[in-house]
Formats: sequence, C-alpha cells, structure tokens
Amino acid sequence: MAVSDHTSSGNHAAAFNAIPADARPLAIEARGLVKSFDGTRAVDGVDISVPEGAIYGILGPNGAGKTTTLRMLLGIIDPDEGIRRVFGHDRPHDIGRLIGYLPEERGLYPSMKCIEAIAFMGALRGLPLKEGRLRAGEMLERHGLGYAATRQIRQLSKGMAQTVQLLGTLVHRPRLVVLDEPFSGLDAINQGKLEVMIRALAEDGVTVIFSTHVIHHAERLCEGVAIIAGGKVPYAGSVEAARDRIPAQVRLETRAREGAWLTALPKDTRRNGDFFQFPLPATGVEPLLRQLIEGEAGILSLSIERAGLHDAFVAIAGEAAARQLESDSEEGRA
Amino acid sequence: MSQIDTAIRPRLTALEATWVIARRDFIAVLFSRAFLFFLIGPLFPVLIGGLAGSIGGQVQRNAVSIEVGLAMSAPDNAAMITAADALRPQLRGVVPELRIVDEAARDSKFDARAFMDQRRGNYAAIVTGTLTAPQVVGTQGQVNRWTGPIELIAASAAGAAPVRFPEATSQVVATSAASERTNRIRTAQAAQMVLFLLTMLLGGMVLSNLAEEKGNKIIEILAAALPMDAVFMGKLFAMLGVSFVGIAVWGALGWGFWAIAEDAIVTVTQTNFRDLPGPAVGWPMFLALGLVYFTMAYLLLGSLFLTIGAMASSVREVQTLSMPVTMLQLMVFFLSAANIGQTGTALELASVAFPLSSPFAMLARAALEETLWTHALALLWQGAAVILLVKGGSLLFRKRVMKSGGAGRVKKPWFGRRAPLAEPAE
Repeated sequence: MAVSDHTSSGNHAAAFNAIPADARPLAIEARGLVKSFDGTRAVDGVDISVPEGAIYGILGPNGAGKTTTLRMLLGIIDPDEGIRRVFGHDRPHDIGRLIGYLPEERGLYPSMKCIEAIAFMGALRGLPLKEGRLRAGEMLERHGLGYAATRQIRQLSKGMAQTVQLLGTLVHRPRLVVLDEPFSGLDAINQGKLEVMIRALAEDGVTVIFSTHVIHHAERLCEGVAIIAGGKVPYAGSVEAARDRIPAQVRLETRAREGAWLTALPKDTRRNGDFFQFPLPATGVEPLLRQLIEGEAGILSLSIERAGLHDAFVAIAGEAAARQLESDSEEGRA
Repeated sequence: MSQIDTAIRPRLTALEATWVIARRDFIAVLFSRAFLFFLIGPLFPVLIGGLAGSIGGQVQRNAVSIEVGLAMSAPDNAAMITAADALRPQLRGVVPELRIVDEAARDSKFDARAFMDQRRGNYAAIVTGTLTAPQVVGTQGQVNRWTGPIELIAASAAGAAPVRFPEATSQVVATSAASERTNRIRTAQAAQMVLFLLTMLLGGMVLSNLAEEKGNKIIEILAAALPMDAVFMGKLFAMLGVSFVGIAVWGALGWGFWAIAEDAIVTVTQTNFRDLPGPAVGWPMFLALGLVYFTMAYLLLGSLFLTIGAMASSVREVQTLSMPVTMLQLMVFFLSAANIGQTGTALELASVAFPLSSPFAMLARAALEETLWTHALALLWQGAAVILLVKGGSLLFRKRVMKSGGAGRVKKPWFGRRAPLAEPAE
C-alpha cells in the first residue's frame, strides 16, 4: 500500500508502528502538532505523513480536530508545538501556488460572476487572471455549467456554487488539494461526481487530502487515513492496514446440526441462526475444512469477510467516538 | 483538469499578493450600487445642513429681534429714525433698526413698561421720553446693549443738522504678524476639519468590507492562499483607491459648482474662498501634504478597523467594536484641534507623536510652520505605525478568528442556533 504509516503516542501506538514506510516523497509531513484555544487543546500531538499522489482521509467525528489540523497544515494558523512540512517547506504560504484548498465553510463573493470567481481564486494562487478566465470557461463547460459562466454566484443553487468553488480550488492546477468536509451538503449524485473528480486528480499525480466524518467516503477513496478523536490521532496509516487490525470473520452454514466436527470450530465461535461465525484462525480455513468434511458436517456455504473501516474505527477510536461519528453522518444526511 | 503546472513560481511576492486583493476589492466596490450611494451620501448632510441653516437663520431672525421700538412724540420718532439712518453707514452693526410702536402712536397713555411686561410686540427695547431725555425700557441685558446707541442717536437727532464725521485717510497693509497667524490658524482648522470628515466618511468602508468577507466566509480562502498581512494591506489600499475616486468626484463636483455659481456661494457662505489665507508652506506643498496626510490618516484608521475586525468573531461584533474606535477618532481630532497654534507644547507634541492624531496635528503644522523636515519624520513614523497595526491585526486574526470549522462559531446545545463564540475544536 502506498501510504507511509506511523502513529501518535496514543494507546494504539505500538500496534501500528510496524507498517513499512512509502518510498515516495512526502507531500505532507506533520510531527507532534499541538494547538490550544483558550487553554483547551484542540489538537494534541498529531502526526501525519502523506506521500505525493496519495488520496488521504482525515476521519473523525465533529469536534475531533480535523479542521484545526488542516488549517495548521495549510499555514492558516500556526501550531503551538510540533512541525509541519508541505512539499518540504515549513511555511506553506511559500508554496501557495502548489496548494488548492476548499474550506468547510464555503465562501464566494455573491456578486461575482462564476467565471470571475474561479479566475479570482486562481489569481490568489498566482494564476494570471486572463489564463484563469480561459481555464474557468473550459472547466465550467466540462462540468456542465458553461451556461452559468456569466451568472452571478447569488443566482446559483447551493450545489452549483459548491461546484464553482471546487473548480476555483483546482483552476491553478495544484499539486496538493486539501478539502475540508467536501461531501457535506452535496446530494448523492454530486457526491459521486466529486469522488470521480478526486480519483481523477490522484491519477494525474495530485495529492488529495480531505477530512470527513463519513466512513464510506474514506473507505472507498483513500489509500491512507488518519483516525482522529479528541484531538489525538490514534491511527495514521493505510486503510488496508487499519482493516487488517480486525481479523477476518468466517461465516459457515452446515447441513448437520450436531456432530463431532463441532469440536473443530474455534472456541470463540458464535451461532447466529443457521450460521456459525468466528474469527479467521491464524492457520487459515484449510485444516478446519478438512475436519468438517471428515466429520460430515455438510458444508452449505462458507465465506470469509474482511473487517470494514468502520470496525477498524470502532476498535481504534473506541465505541463512543464511533457512535458520535455515526450520529454526525446521520445529521449530515438529514 | 489536472495537468500539473510545473512552470509556475511557488509563491506570490507580498506586493503581488497585495495587488490581487486590492484589485478585486477596488473593482468590486467601485462598480457596486453601494458606491453610488456612498458618492451621493455627503450631498445629503450638505443639503440638510444648508436647509437647516437657512430655516434656523430665518427662525432666529424672527425670534431674535434687533428692532428697538419708538414710543416718543411723532416728531421725535421721525427725528430719531432720520438720525439713525444717517449714522448707520458709519456705525454698522451698532445702530439698531428703529420702528414706531403702533400701539403708542394710537394711545396717548401708552405704558411701555406694562407693554413689555405683557410680552407684547417683538422689540428688543422701547424708547420713550424726549430727545433730550430718552428712556430705554427693556430687560437689563437689552438696556445695557442699547442705551449707548440710543443716546448717540438722540443726541444726533436733537442737533439742527446731521452729525458730520471727519473723513479718515487710510494706509492698508497686506497683513500683520498677528493677522497672518490668525489667518493661518483658520486654514489649519479648516484643513483638519476636512481631513477629519473625509477619514470619518471613508474609514467605515474598510470595516463594512471586512464584515462582508466574514459574512461570505471568504476570509478563510484568502487566509489559506496569502499571508494575512498582505490580505489586510490589499484591502487597505483598495479602499484608499476608492476613497481617492470619491475625493476626485467630490472635488470635481465642487470645482464645477464653484465655477458655475461662485457669486452665489460667496453670498450664501459669506466667505470668499479665493481670499483664503495662505498656509506657511504655500498652497501647492500644503495640498500635497494634505493628500499624503489623508492617506496616512486613512491607512491608520483602516488598519485599526481591520485589527478590530480581526478580534471579532462575527459581523455583529465587528460593528459593535467599531464604536469605540469612532469615539477614539473624535477624541484625537479634538486633541489635535485644541493644540493648533501651540507648537512645541507637551500636548501638541503628544498629538504629533500619537499615530492616530499625528496626521491631523502635522497638517496643522503645515499651515502654521514653514519647516518641512518634521513632515518627513512624521510620515516615516506614521508609515511604521500602519505596518505595525497591520502586522498586529493579521496576527490577532490568525490567533483569534480561525479557531474552529464554524469560522469561530459553534452550535448552541439547544434549538440548534449558532452563537458567535469561538470553540477550540474541529
């Protein structure tokens, strides 16, 4: 997997340190980031490493410290402690032209025309206005908004305005795109379009880092993820490695209900209706299968299911954080 | 969309960053409907002021009479009026208007004291008696004021012919030291007042612009892309540019109005602006310094407003916090105005040293003193103060405003309403 892995000094630190580092250069590197507001620690020792070209998610419930972390990474605010490097630079503003940022609170000048708004956002990153207008026109056409190029932002629907802002984030062709809760407020169709867009960026070698409280976005898109809760990052690494922390589950259905073969099943087997469920043994299923066949259990079905990121999140961040995450997701959908 | 630009330089210079913001803000404000209202805004106070002044003057003329009633015999009344008319050209402002009290003419037993006690008529005082023994009836103040002139008129009226005055020859000098200083003080006062009005009028634009950005949530995008002090500088210079446009428009209108209606303006204002007393540094230098000090006063005030904006988490807070600054601005104006002509005193030096009052105090100095090097020093100091304020404002902004994902706001635990409160999370 492509993402270098390491953990903070949380409870799970030792468990996740073994994941090998990526050979790619790092787009983002943060070590021990701390930020307090009015005496309260909003972010408490966050470590993150994102290699160039990766899609990386910062996953956590509302109030976990995602936005504060992103703002520190972008140089909008400075950390109280710790270091951050973006493309090797301590001061992200020094390489502002390489970065695109979509904040959670969407903002555009209501009286600006779409094409001008996108060009202006490019100009903020050093793209000449003339070139920005050209690119903006092309981008709007490509995303089916060509007819709205000369409309004022205040005349657009919320979804259209969000698309315009996203295009403004990308118009200067950044090498790093940072999206804060990019899926919030979008309907299912636009969420799908955004996922396609993010994948296309990564295919072009752009590093994408986004925050979310919706697990399936991170699971579908990200190769690396930082799980954040209470300002701490108990896990930062590949999604696969996170899922691998939970053993795969075996689901077995047999024709026979009783028999000597039952003793072959692992001790922590649970019965769930017609099915037996148990963690995949360290030796694999082959020895078990052999005993089941010999014991004439009559195997009707057997499946091995990998744990999802949600299970990993529960295991890593705890039940309370997971419940809050689910609650935030439901609130977002509502 | 995602072919990476590899040729672009990694960052904008501070000047480029300032320019990007200034250009956007300048164009946005200049082509907004609000700017049109802003341009015609000052006309309303002028119109209302003129109207109020005219009405007030009329009311005052009606209410405060300088007519003195005559309740003497008919020949004496006529002689008094003739004498007053003869004396008036030499004693302008001293000789009152005399009017025969009709009631006295009809009633041989007319009692002037009772008439005044009953608050009848509209006379400052009433003169009874004879030319050789006139009696002034009125309040103590009016009696004190009019007794002398009435005696003079009566003495003149009692003579067989009008009093003849010797004709004095005259030698006019352009000015005297005392007169020159008095005139220059008037110039300094007028210049300070214009500077104050312009900064008051235009300074608020910076604040409303920042409030708009907070309302539109754009400020985070700007803060992510550019250093905050470049953003603040850009906003300041954009508004300065807009204010220059405003001044140019008002100046052109004023000049055009003057060209068309000079005589009427001189008559109405009782001031011939062509004869305005010249400042110590001369008009060209004074106007140049006026422009520079307006720029500094505007930048200082604007940067202070931006700092306030930086401390506030919501538009409402921005507006609330601006009130003390407006009060402070009034105070520094009064401080500078009170020290005109007292160059070198501790208070005057304090008003020169305090950045916000410095442009006002130094403009007054330009009217009164010929020395120029002090202006160079003051401008350097004021420029440094602008930079310090902008740096401080941007630092505060980064520290205090960018606290949470809700742009400094969190949900209240009940009713889902959002409060303008910064919460250290998310």
